[in-house]
Amino acid sequence: MFDVRLTNVCFAYKQQVLFEHLNLSLTAGSFTCLLGPSGVGKSSLLQLLANLPPSSDAVIQKSIHTSDGLPLTGRIAWMAQYDNLLPWLSLIDNVLLGYRLRHCVTVELKQYARQLLSRVGFNDVDLVKKITALSGGMRQRVALVRTLLEDKPLVLMDEPFSALDSITRFSLQSLSCELLRSKTVLLITHDPLEALRLADVIYILKGSPAQLIPCSVPLTPTPRYLNDQLLTEQARLWQQLADEKVSP
Amino acid sequence: MTMVWRSLGLVFVSVLLWQAVVVMTNIPAYFLPSPWLVYQALSANTVLLVREAGVTLTEMLLGFVLATVFGMGVAIVLAYWRGVRLSVLPILVFSQAIPTFAIAPLLILWLGYGLNSKIVITMLMLFFPVMTAFLDGLLVPRLELMAMAQVMTPSRWQILRHIQIPSALPKLATGLRVAAAGAPLAAIIGEWVGANRGLGYLLLEANARLQMDFVFAILFVVVSLALLVYYTVDTVLKRVIFWL
Repeated sequence: MFDVRLTNVCFAYKQQVLFEHLNLSLTAGSFTCLLGPSGVGKSSLLQLLANLPPSSDAVIQKSIHTSDGLPLTGRIAWMAQYDNLLPWLSLIDNVLLGYRLRHCVTVELKQYARQLLSRVGFNDVDLVKKITALSGGMRQRVALVRTLLEDKPLVLMDEPFSALDSITRFSLQSLSCELLRSKTVLLITHDPLEALRLADVIYILKGSPAQLIPCSVPLTPTPRYLNDQLLTEQARLWQQLADEKVSP
Repeated sequence: MTMVWRSLGLVFVSVLLWQAVVVMTNIPAYFLPSPWLVYQALSANTVLLVREAGVTLTEMLLGFVLATVFGMGVAIVLAYWRGVRLSVLPILVFSQAIPTFAIAPLLILWLGYGLNSKIVITMLMLFFPVMTAFLDGLLVPRLELMAMAQVMTPSRWQILRHIQIPSALPKLATGLRVAAAGAPLAAIIGEWVGANRGLGYLLLEANARLQMDFVFAILFVVVSLALLVYYTVDTVLKRVIFWL
């Protein structure tokens, strides 16, 4: 495991400066949540970290350091808001997508994929179902297993549960928290409660150019369940998000 | 199914009406033949029609297959190499301004009177719809999907093969349907410009001799062929691209 530091990020898109000298550190094995209003550049930050090719009218400056000195390439798993399941592949092949792309699917891996799928509640009957026949919650669970199976030390999640109903979201949050225990996770959300349930570290990203504001987090172990304290915290965080002024 | 019967009933009534009009108004057969005469022409020339339909069908199918192969190949090359796309795509678009009908005589001069020239004419006419539709699909898969794939592998070729190409198949299918609908037109244009075989050739001959009953009989065969090709392609596409 290794720490990741993204330093001195400057990012402008179509004449608009989104970040100026922004710094973000992720401690090895920690679960970090990034909150912020839409359009503030949360997803852009994630893309910068993942080294995805920028759009042609973006101006970018950044440096990424890892505590073990190795580049991040090939050590990231990505989970997006949309499940990105491929309808022409079977469920199991969807889960194995990364390995298919890299041509390294093995029998053991398939076995492990089945195990993981059964851990998130799929039985043998579900496994032969067509992707298009799955419900939204099931699809996102498949996407979660695909992300886990990648088994990368750094997991980047871009509003992975935002398209789900609140009950399904709740159970998937708990599940992800359990299964991502040993990873370094950066999760983007605009749901304060989600951040409070899962995070070891919470930042709010806001302002223009955007700044990262650290927030206090309950010290109890994750995933946290709903109680009065958490709801009070949620109200406080909500207030902080809605507050227009950026405190230095 | 009831809709099908209703359509068939409507067609039958129209044919009856046509027969009645021709009989009652004494329109000369070289102007508008009655359906009965058309039917007789059809049955008297079955062997000839089937033989020549085979020629036209061969031109259509080979032209269609070649257009599909080249259209897909070119689209993949253009999607993979941005530089090639930026320089070659405009040329391909400009080339579409040349009416194939206008260069058909040249193609017949170069490739001869036989099958080859018709296949090439058909291919040229069908290439563009196939190529643009597929290229469109290859270039605009969802950005989120591409982001995920790029995190999974640095290989652009693997992403193209496993993600972009399958994602583009529904768009390709649209292009192929357009091509399938255009194939009979293309083959018949080819035969009109210069041929001694095929339904287009028969059509010209019959028209010149004012054998209108035979003209209608040939038209009937042309339409049947066109429908056959279109629905075959459509059915195959629906089977192959099952997630459509």
